[in-house]
Amino acid sequence: MFILPALIGFALFYAWPTLRSVSISFTDWNMLSPARPVGLANYRKLLSDAVFWQSLKATGVYVLWNIPLQTLLALLLAVLLQRFSRNSFLRSVVIAPYLLPGVVVGLMGLWMLNPELGILNAALGWLGLHTQPFLGSIKQAMPTIASINTWQYTGYTSLLLYTGMQSIPVSVYEAARIDGAQGGRQFFSITLPLLRPVMAFVVITSLIGSFQIFDTIAITTQGGPVNATRVIVWYIYEQAFTLYNMGYATAIAVVLFAVLLVVTVVQLRLFRADSSDLE
Amino acid sequence: MTTEPINPHRPAGNQPLKGPRPAIRLQEPLLRLVVGLVVLITLFPLWWVFRTALSDSKQIFTHTGSILPVGFTLNNFARVLGLLTPEQAIAAGGTGQTFYFFRALFNSVLVTAFVVAGQVFFSATAAYAFARLRFPGRSLVFTLFISALLVPGVVTLVPNFVFMKDLGWLNTYQGQIAPYFFMTPLAVFYLRQFFISVPRELEEAAKLDGASTFGIFWRVVMPLSRGALATISILTFISAWNNFLWPYLIAQDPKVQVLTAALATFRTQSPQGSPDWTGLMAGTSLSMLPPLLLLLVMGRQIVTSLQHSGGK
Repeated sequence: MFILPALIGFALFYAWPTLRSVSISFTDWNMLSPARPVGLANYRKLLSDAVFWQSLKATGVYVLWNIPLQTLLALLLAVLLQRFSRNSFLRSVVIAPYLLPGVVVGLMGLWMLNPELGILNAALGWLGLHTQPFLGSIKQAMPTIASINTWQYTGYTSLLLYTGMQSIPVSVYEAARIDGAQGGRQFFSITLPLLRPVMAFVVITSLIGSFQIFDTIAITTQGGPVNATRVIVWYIYEQAFTLYNMGYATAIAVVLFAVLLVVTVVQLRLFRADSSDLE
Repeated sequence: MTTEPINPHRPAGNQPLKGPRPAIRLQEPLLRLVVGLVVLITLFPLWWVFRTALSDSKQIFTHTGSILPVGFTLNNFARVLGLLTPEQAIAAGGTGQTFYFFRALFNSVLVTAFVVAGQVFFSATAAYAFARLRFPGRSLVFTLFISALLVPGVVTLVPNFVFMKDLGWLNTYQGQIAPYFFMTPLAVFYLRQFFISVPRELEEAAKLDGASTFGIFWRVVMPLSRGALATISILTFISAWNNFLWPYLIAQDPKVQVLTAALATFRTQSPQGSPDWTGLMAGTSLSMLPPLLLLLVMGRQIVTSLQHSGGK
C-alpha cells in the first residue's frame, strides 16, 4: 500500500518508457503512421551519420571545457568559503546562479556576450583588447556556452566541496600542524585526498549532467553556428520533435545511455568512490 | 605571511569550532579582495539584466557600456506585461508580442506545488516502506528504483511524450505534472536513508498503543523527519521550478505554459536579426525575481538543503 503510488509512477514513467525507448529504436516511426520494424537500421545509420559524430564531438568539447574549469574554480571557491565559514551571506550569494532557470541564464549570456552590444565586448574595448564574436563563431561558441554554465554551476559545486571539507576532522589538521605542515602542504596532503569521495560524487554527477546539456543551447545557439553546438541532446530533440524521426531519435538516446553507463563505471573505479579514507 | 606560533598550552576553547584551520593562509586584505571579486562576478550579470530592462530600447545601441540604465524607463516592463496598447508598445520598441507573466507565474506556482506535494509525499511513503516494512521483493524493487538514477532523462523523453499525447494530455497541467508526481529515485533514496536512522523506540511505543502503520508513519515518523522533508521539498522545488524541456514540449499554449517555457517562447518569437533586447531582459528580470526573493527570505535553509544534496 505504502509503495503503490511510487511503484505506479516508477513503472509508468521510468521502467516502461526505458524499455519502450529501446523498442522504438528498432523501428521507423513518425508518430502518425504505425511504426515499421527496421531491425538495426537506425543504429547502422548512426555509424555513417556525420552530424551524429559531430554532435558527439560537440558534446565532448563542452564536457572538456566545462568539467575541468568548473571543478577547479569550485575547489578554489570552496577553500575561500572555508576561510570565511562564518559568513553565511557569502554562501547565499554564491548559490544564487544555481537557483535561476537555465533559460534565464541562457538569455543573460546571450545579451551580455552579444558581439556588437554586449557588455563583455565593451569591457574588452576599455582594456584595449579586440572584441570577440563569442557565440557567433564556430571556434568560440562551445567554450562560451561552457563558460556560461560554469557561471551557473560553480557556486553549487563549491558548496558541496565546502561541505565535504567541513567534515574533515580538525584533529587531522592539528596533527599536521604539529608535524610542521602548513598552508599549501596541508591542502594537498590532507584536504584533497580526504575529499575524494565528495569529489567523486561531484565530478560524476556534473559529468552526467554535462553530457546532457540542453537548456542553454536551446536558448542561445540552437546548434549553430553551422554544427558547432549541435550537442547530442539537441540532436535527439531535433530528430524527434522537428523531424519526427522517433526511431532514429531513440536510437541516439540509447547510445547516449550506454556511453554514460561506461563513463560512470569508469569514474567509480577511478575514484574508488565507495570507500572513504577517514575510517 | 604571518603565522601564529604554536602554543601547546593554549586552551582548546580558542580553537575555531567550525571546521579546520584554513588550508591556505594569505593576507586578509587580499582574500577580501578575492571575495569581493566573486560577489561581483556572481551579481553583476543579474544587475546587467535589470539595467537593460530599465533602459530605453534605442539608447542601448549607443551606450553599450553604461553601468546605469540609459534613458531610464519602466516601459519595457509595462509592455511585456501587456499594460500598454499595441501601438504604444511598438512605439516603445516592442514587436507587439506580450509575455503573459502573471499567467505563467500562476502556472509555474500551480505545477510546482503539485509536483512538490505529490513527489515528496509518495516518495516518503515508499521510502518508509523500504526502510521499515517487510514485503516480498523489497530489495529487488529498491535496487530497480535506484538504478533508474542512471537512466538519462532524454531516454524516457520520447516514450513519455507519446504517452501524454495518447492520453490527450498535451497542453494540460496534468501532462506537465504527471512524470514527476509519484516519485523520483533521488527523493526515495534520500528519505529512505533518513528513515533508517530514525530510532525505532518511538514507533514501537506507538505500535503498543495500537496505532496503525499509517498512523505511525504520519504522526510519529513524519514529524520527526521535518528537516529531511524540508530539504527534499526545497530540492524538488528548485528542479521543478527550473524545469524547461518537458513543460516546453508538453505545453505551448500560453494558458497553461510555465514561466521557463513562456520565456523561451518569447525569445523564439523575437525577430532573429534585431531582437527586442529590452523587452527580453524585462521578461528575464521578472523570471529571476521569484527564485531570488526566495533566496532572500530563506537563504539559510536553502543553503543547508543544497549542502545535504551532496549524497549525505
